[in-house]
Amino acid sequence: MEWANQLCENRQFGSKMTDSKYFTTTKKGEIFELKAELNSDKKEKKKEAVKKVIASMTVGKDVSALFPDVVNCMQTDNLELKKLVYLYLMNYAKSQPDMAIMAVNTFVKDCEDPNPLIRALAVRTMGCIRVDKITEYLCEPLRKCLKDEDPYVRKTAAVCVAKLHDINAQLVEDQGFLDTLKDLISDSNPMVVANAVAALSEIAESHPNSNLLDLNPQSINKLLTALNECTEWGQIFILDCLANYTPRDDRESQSICERVTPRLSHANSAVVLSAVKVLMKFMEMLPKDLDYYGTLLKKLAPPLVTLLSAEPELQYVALRNINLIVQKRPEILKHEMKVFFVKYNDPIYVKLEKLDIMIRLASQANIAQVLAELKEYATEVDVDFVRKAVRAIGRCAIKVEQSAERCVSTLLDLIQTKVNYVVQEAIVVIKDIFRKYPNKYESVIATLCENLDSLDEPEARAAMIWIVGEYAERIDNADELLESFLEGFHDESTQVQLQLLTAIVKLFLKKPTETQELVQQVLSLATQDSDNPDLRDRGYIYWRLLSTDPVAAKEVVLAEKPLISEETDLIEPTLLEELICHIGTLASVYHKPPSAFVEGSRGVMHKRLPARTGSGEGTECPDVGNAAGGSAPEAAPSIIPSQGDLLGDLLNLDLAPPTTTGPTPSTSGMQMGGMDLLGGGLESLLGGDIGGSPAMGAGFGAAPAVMPASLNAPVGGGLGDLFDLGGGVGMPMGAYIPPKTVWLPAMKAKGLEISGTFARRAGVIQMELVLTNKAMSVMTDFAIQFNRNSFGLAPAGPLQVLTPLGPNQTIEVSLPLSTVGPVMKMDPLNNLQVAVKNNIDVFYFSCQYPISMLFVEDGKMERQVFLATWKDIPNDNESQFQIQDCHLNSEAASNKLQGSNIFTIAKRTVEGQDMLYMSIKLSNGIWVLAELKVQAGNPNYTISLKCRAPEVSQCVFQCYEAVLKN
Amino acid sequence: MIGGLFIYNHKGEVLISRVYRDDIGRNAVDAFRVNVIHARQQVRSPVTNIARTSFFHVKRSNIWLAAVTKQNVNAAMVFEFLYKMCDVMTAYFGKISEENIKNNFVLIYELLDEILDFGYPQNSETGALKTFITQTGIKSQSKEEQSQITSQVTGQIGWRREGIKYRRNELFLDVLESVNLLMSPQGQVLSAHVSGRVVMKSYLSGMPECKFGMNDKIVIDKQGKGGEGATGQSIAIDDCTFHQCVRLSKFDAERSISFIPPDGECELMRYRTTKDIILPFRVIPLVREVGRTKLEVKVVIKSNFKPSLLAQKIEVRIPTPLNTSGVQVICMKGKAKYKASENAIVWKIKRMAGMKESQISAEIELLPTNDKKKWARPPISMNFEVPFAPSGLKVRYLKVFEPKLNYSDHDVIKWVRYIGRSGIYETRC
Repeated sequence: MEWANQLCENRQFGSKMTDSKYFTTTKKGEIFELKAELNSDKKEKKKEAVKKVIASMTVGKDVSALFPDVVNCMQTDNLELKKLVYLYLMNYAKSQPDMAIMAVNTFVKDCEDPNPLIRALAVRTMGCIRVDKITEYLCEPLRKCLKDEDPYVRKTAAVCVAKLHDINAQLVEDQGFLDTLKDLISDSNPMVVANAVAALSEIAESHPNSNLLDLNPQSINKLLTALNECTEWGQIFILDCLANYTPRDDRESQSICERVTPRLSHANSAVVLSAVKVLMKFMEMLPKDLDYYGTLLKKLAPPLVTLLSAEPELQYVALRNINLIVQKRPEILKHEMKVFFVKYNDPIYVKLEKLDIMIRLASQANIAQVLAELKEYATEVDVDFVRKAVRAIGRCAIKVEQSAERCVSTLLDLIQTKVNYVVQEAIVVIKDIFRKYPNKYESVIATLCENLDSLDEPEARAAMIWIVGEYAERIDNADELLESFLEGFHDESTQVQLQLLTAIVKLFLKKPTETQELVQQVLSLATQDSDNPDLRDRGYIYWRLLSTDPVAAKEVVLAEKPLISEETDLIEPTLLEELICHIGTLASVYHKPPSAFVEGSRGVMHKRLPARTGSGEGTECPDVGNAAGGSAPEAAPSIIPSQGDLLGDLLNLDLAPPTTTGPTPSTSGMQMGGMDLLGGGLESLLGGDIGGSPAMGAGFGAAPAVMPASLNAPVGGGLGDLFDLGGGVGMPMGAYIPPKTVWLPAMKAKGLEISGTFARRAGVIQMELVLTNKAMSVMTDFAIQFNRNSFGLAPAGPLQVLTPLGPNQTIEVSLPLSTVGPVMKMDPLNNLQVAVKNNIDVFYFSCQYPISMLFVEDGKMERQVFLATWKDIPNDNESQFQIQDCHLNSEAASNKLQGSNIFTIAKRTVEGQDMLYMSIKLSNGIWVLAELKVQAGNPNYTISLKCRAPEVSQCVFQCYEAVLKN
Repeated sequence: MIGGLFIYNHKGEVLISRVYRDDIGRNAVDAFRVNVIHARQQVRSPVTNIARTSFFHVKRSNIWLAAVTKQNVNAAMVFEFLYKMCDVMTAYFGKISEENIKNNFVLIYELLDEILDFGYPQNSETGALKTFITQTGIKSQSKEEQSQITSQVTGQIGWRREGIKYRRNELFLDVLESVNLLMSPQGQVLSAHVSGRVVMKSYLSGMPECKFGMNDKIVIDKQGKGGEGATGQSIAIDDCTFHQCVRLSKFDAERSISFIPPDGECELMRYRTTKDIILPFRVIPLVREVGRTKLEVKVVIKSNFKPSLLAQKIEVRIPTPLNTSGVQVICMKGKAKYKASENAIVWKIKRMAGMKESQISAEIELLPTNDKKKWARPPISMNFEVPFAPSGLKVRYLKVFEPKLNYSDHDVIKWVRYIGRSGIYETRC
């Protein structure tokens, strides 16, 4: 409100007083004053007062106390005043349901007003008031308005049905509003049709199987007619709805396409993108040899390019979509490379996306131009962009063989610039080039070795180590180089450690005589001094291999590696198909299915492209959601596979065959012999997979019996650790305590300032308060009381402030809390209202405690119980969140969380993703089960929470975030 | 659909907050402030996902507009809507500034109530909105007026009302083009395109039916076949988009542009061409590094159009390194100045005729640094304005038919003007 005050001062000198003056009412007693003004006889004064109320509401001040007074102003013939009162009602009706009833009469009356604008306004507002009793009264007026003679009222009523459905779906069905809404699709007014379509589509989304929209050739025809006549927004609603239709045959498909193509010339980019979506989908059904198919392909390119001259935000949306389209149908834009060249002034998000598309479009025909551009970009300022450009050069080399040599020399030029991150990025991509074209460009190794010292990022170090190990025989001082890395072995990241281990073993196999000592050193570092199971496992395997059969070891470790594929980071095909059906929407911007970011039942339905009619109708695609272990692990919304023996699955943890689609079946289960075991994850272990190989760790536990005792390793130990992850790997840390915040500013409490935080120490919840006296007189007689709250928190003793608090004095008090006080659900759940008394007055404030204070020490659930419970809690109670920018690995995260009594029960690794299963128990006995997904190198975690009382999930998630980020 | 719409000032204080959906709480207002406005890093995406809530934002000067949702909304539509919202606000009270927003907050709430219902965009044509939402409060309307308003807001021709009368029927056509170029230091055109707009200002009575024609290659070729010899040059249009008044299906079928225009100003069409562009200027840069502390720059510009035409407002911007300590410039024409705050030498020429040449040379002194990173050498950019269309587009006709009123196409006074401006006109050095 500070700005409001300032502004007021500035304005007082101006002659013109405008609406901004309403932002200035923050002084004491204002509510009282406003009350008086609201009840004034003068209309102007009343209106002024309501304006002030709305202004306060905007800045987040609670003016709900004025409810009856504001509602009293509602009966007026002044439309402006009425609108303001309605605005107020929409905000506060929910918190004052009983009083909101007072407004009903006026609403009902307004719905009969001769002025259509007022009728529509009333029905529009009424639908926004989410109070059960009001919705009952809404039904009759709504029914009338749906049949109103004025189209403006009808189009408003159509949307109102969707509002009502959101509040009370049953009521809408019982009252037969859905049928009326369906009738409106045939309305004579295009805007009514458009709104009815929008409302029906939304309602249908929450009833995936109800054939609500009932799209058939007749209704489609009506929609296509309305499409030509309605507003740009209406066109979007209709096109988005059309995209859900599956034509019966290719002829129908073509005729719809023909009627949709004119939309590609619309000035509104969203109309264009939605039209593209319909065309991309329906095109699937057209036979490829059809002339029209080719025409359509040609028609799609120009509008897509035109989208790039829109404002940058839209360009971004367009580029994310073009990225999908290029993957699905590369032929559309293959000649348009130039338009994706980066402009110097493009915002960074546009630049990065353009770069992505450039690489996808790179081909032999345009590679020279692309390379020249990329080289230019590599000298820009933005670090991320430069890195991506360097990486892109590497990808060009891999994709277009003829250009490889030029790419390598470009990369060498860039290394000469000695810009640290450019060098590192270049080394990472050169490693990939070596893998694609073995024995071709090794002459550059010498240059690379010169830059060894400047590498400080794990990925670059790992890449360099891989190169040294792979070409150990051609590098004279390979052993020295690797030895230099070994000195700081424990400080390296896992990625580098693993790579270093493998590289030294390779070196040993190539030059056994000089490097015996080195290899022994690294093996003992990996197996004895490390508590990273992956590293230890890999160490043991090498050790055992080398000690039993060095010839076999050579065959295995130095085996020829499979070549890497040309295209990287392509979106997995089923997901791509789904995303194509979502062109223009958020899903296409995130490149994730809607289920990954939309809560509740909405958007869970998976869309897919229609099958080409020729190829038989019966191709029922497997439900993506259930295809655990199928081709779309990312798309699976259910976290634990629902079919099969769930219990066994989790208990076996890593023992079970990993649910990847890996083409090699050799990592299958318990029966594997020792050698076979190595055959499995080998390629990934030995060669390019620098990111650590989860598959390896998976197989290893199977053969504990054959582990030689001579390795000096406690046979059970490694295993035990693997299994008992929760048992405290590393030191458990203390519980997370949020920093102190000011709860009660001195301004509001006659000079008493209270700040504080909550902590859980040795099982006792403590409220830590800092009291500061900022007034001129001494304060005494402190006492504290809590209002009823969600978890029954109450002071376990009196507030211990023994000495009087003099002016400018500060005292810290710690107040133990119990959880046996009276309980009342608060909003937010963790809200706590506190009253503090001293010799001057009583003050009230509210604060929010981290729910982690309530996590009890015995919150570790039995594994069996966990599984049973997880299964038992209905899926509706599951909520998913994202934790962003968290740079801990799964182990550190688990340690950190344990400090706050969040216990990891089990862990498993699927495709480089660590899944941690955790349990939490709240002081009132509620259990919360969690699944945390951590992907190496990705700072964004996904967490799913399941609890019988889903209200707590949000708070628990906040705790996760707070704990992990502090 | 859109769950809520917030407007913030540059400090992150909320000026307008309107929530449409129950799943959006007050905490969303703070989440955006903390994670985007107050974020330490530069914003990396116009779409942000915070705790399963998606935020779309655009900035206008130092005002942030954010739309919030928890659903899988049509992202393109949300941005289009935000732009539209800006247009509507500008049409009502001018520049979007903190002061204007505060002064009109009641009006903005009223607009938000009207153009977004339950998060679904509704009619947002300012022409229609202004008939019943005004800054000075609501006028009382007669019954006919009311029904006229509602039928216009929901009608097929939502952009024009009936019964408009002018004493003099007049129309103005502006062909506004911005020519974009990216050229390599060797003078090779890396990419060039013209994005053009046809802006029409019309003061016509009744409901005039208009037909617009230009030298579109496809149309001319078609007519050429019919025997009628095409005169003059035709141009290949890569793609075009139209104002919603243009009948798109008719364009798709016959490539004819017919429409009933909104009263006053509207952007009739946008188009893009990439072939046979007239590049009005050529920039020839020469940068030489003399040792570690000196740079010699020479730039020649050549105008490439009819000598009888005059280009105006010419500005050449030559970037200089960050460690520049001093600059000496000599130019043959116009004025040149080194602007330290912008890290550039700005050379301005008021007027220049076609087929001329001018030159600037500068000596840039640099402070020695031990910064290993090389100077990124941003491209030399140019601004100008020329009185022709660099794409070669010509308006062939604009015919007006109003069957009900008694004026004919000949009675309408028509004006056509061509302006070519520089878009992003860059030459790498």
